[in-house]
Amino acid sequence: MPDATGPDQIFQRALANGEILLPKCNDCGAYHFFPRVLCPHCHGAAISWERATGAGSVHTTTIVRRKPERGGDYNVCMVELEEGVRMMSRVEGISPENVVIDMAVTAFVGEAEGAPAVLFKPAEA
Amino acid sequence: MTDRLRGKSAIVGTGHAGFGEAHGLSAYDVMAQSALAALDDAGLRLSDVDGLFCTMMEDSMPSLMAAEYLGIQPRFIDGTMTGGSSFVNYLTSATMALDAGLCDVALIVYGSNQRTASGKLVTASRPPAYEAPYNPRYPISAYAMAAARHMHEYGTTREQLADVAVSARAWARHNPEAFERGPLTREDVLGARMVGDPLTVRDCCLVTDGGGAIVMVRADRARDFPKAPVYVLGSAAASSHRQISQMKDFTVTAARESGQRAFAAAGVAPGDIQVVELYDAFTINTILFLEDLGFCAKGEGGALVEGGHIAPDGILPVNTNGGGLSCVHPGMYGIFTVIEAARQIRGDAPGMQLNNIDLALAHGNGGVLSSQVTAILGSQNTL
Repeated sequence: MPDATGPDQIFQRALANGEILLPKCNDCGAYHFFPRVLCPHCHGAAISWERATGAGSVHTTTIVRRKPERGGDYNVCMVELEEGVRMMSRVEGISPENVVIDMAVTAFVGEAEGAPAVLFKPAEA
Repeated sequence: MTDRLRGKSAIVGTGHAGFGEAHGLSAYDVMAQSALAALDDAGLRLSDVDGLFCTMMEDSMPSLMAAEYLGIQPRFIDGTMTGGSSFVNYLTSATMALDAGLCDVALIVYGSNQRTASGKLVTASRPPAYEAPYNPRYPISAYAMAAARHMHEYGTTREQLADVAVSARAWARHNPEAFERGPLTREDVLGARMVGDPLTVRDCCLVTDGGGAIVMVRADRARDFPKAPVYVLGSAAASSHRQISQMKDFTVTAARESGQRAFAAAGVAPGDIQVVELYDAFTINTILFLEDLGFCAKGEGGALVEGGHIAPDGILPVNTNGGGLSCVHPGMYGIFTVIEAARQIRGDAPGMQLNNIDLALAHGNGGVLSSQVTAILGSQNTL
């Protein structure tokens, strides 16, 4: 998407390049997620993009129970990023039972459903 | 709704159809049977209906489909879709339309055949783009994450969640219309198949067929019908998000705002309410809504529902028909909170009828804790 101009396109193009960009309001300075053409906090329409630090913590979590023959149980959680926004994702590298609220996690660009996606792993102590 | 509309409209008929399994019937068949039942209850005919308030799960223009099916040409249609709360929300728009003379007989109606059609939630909703890649199971993953956060912040336990389901079943056991009437213990709920931690399959509502309908008229003619009128004293809506990932506080719903405004319009307080009908899609809902509507402080919902406190012979009657957990849950349950509240006031509840009910609360939930609509209904004595 070399000519990406829409907020979804900008986010997805960055992901395809291995980067996590977050929309930030030029007027009030607050981040938001999902990407939009306006700031949902102050309704300003001047949005810029900042690279996420990747630091976050698990705000809440669940285990989707699935039969082993269909791939087994997996994690779905909400991660609160250092920038103050939350996103749905999953924590990889540990079993879903070990994903707990308030645990520190680090974002990385992985793959979900065959497309680049923001995933998380436990933060290194 | 403001206090200017207090008591300006009344429910004069309720009906339902297709509870459990409606083999061979489409969602619109069940809708139409429900409409006929409610109109029969009111002593009216379909040809009297000039206001239609309807949404369904499977179409983008369900209110038009319903009007066409019913063979009516309403003067006023509201098909606002806020999920399962829509039908409580229609109490507001129907009252406004009746009061303004935009219609004289308002029909609120819903039907679904989701159990016999698919056995799971039927919806025309598309998966949210920023959630779908992670394969949350809708809607349970959303409610599971709310429950997990509530447990984390307030020490709410799985046993307390289970007691919501046990209490609902205790009511349902008295209700011949309820789909699940067998015994259910706390251990049964805790030991059931885990589907989305911390919720087992018994923390989740039923998947049934069924439809419901409500007939409303202006208050000035409400006493001209066979059944005792049930007045809409106050109703109010609030919404906080659509996608669960946008919910600001997973332990507080917009029921706080909808409840405050509905109580203000009705001029009553939680302590005045004699029976509470809540949209219990999952056991955590009952806890959240009891807190947010002011029946207890935030964080104390678990203690309020523990043991038999909200069961028959408890301290607060909640979901006296058995709720979505044990009575009926055809995709959207909201209309049944109003129907059960109205029937408790009229004195013809299908299950355990409480004595001398004048004031009841019905609360609808839509989406994933997204839309909250509260209504307060009263008998002639409350005008």
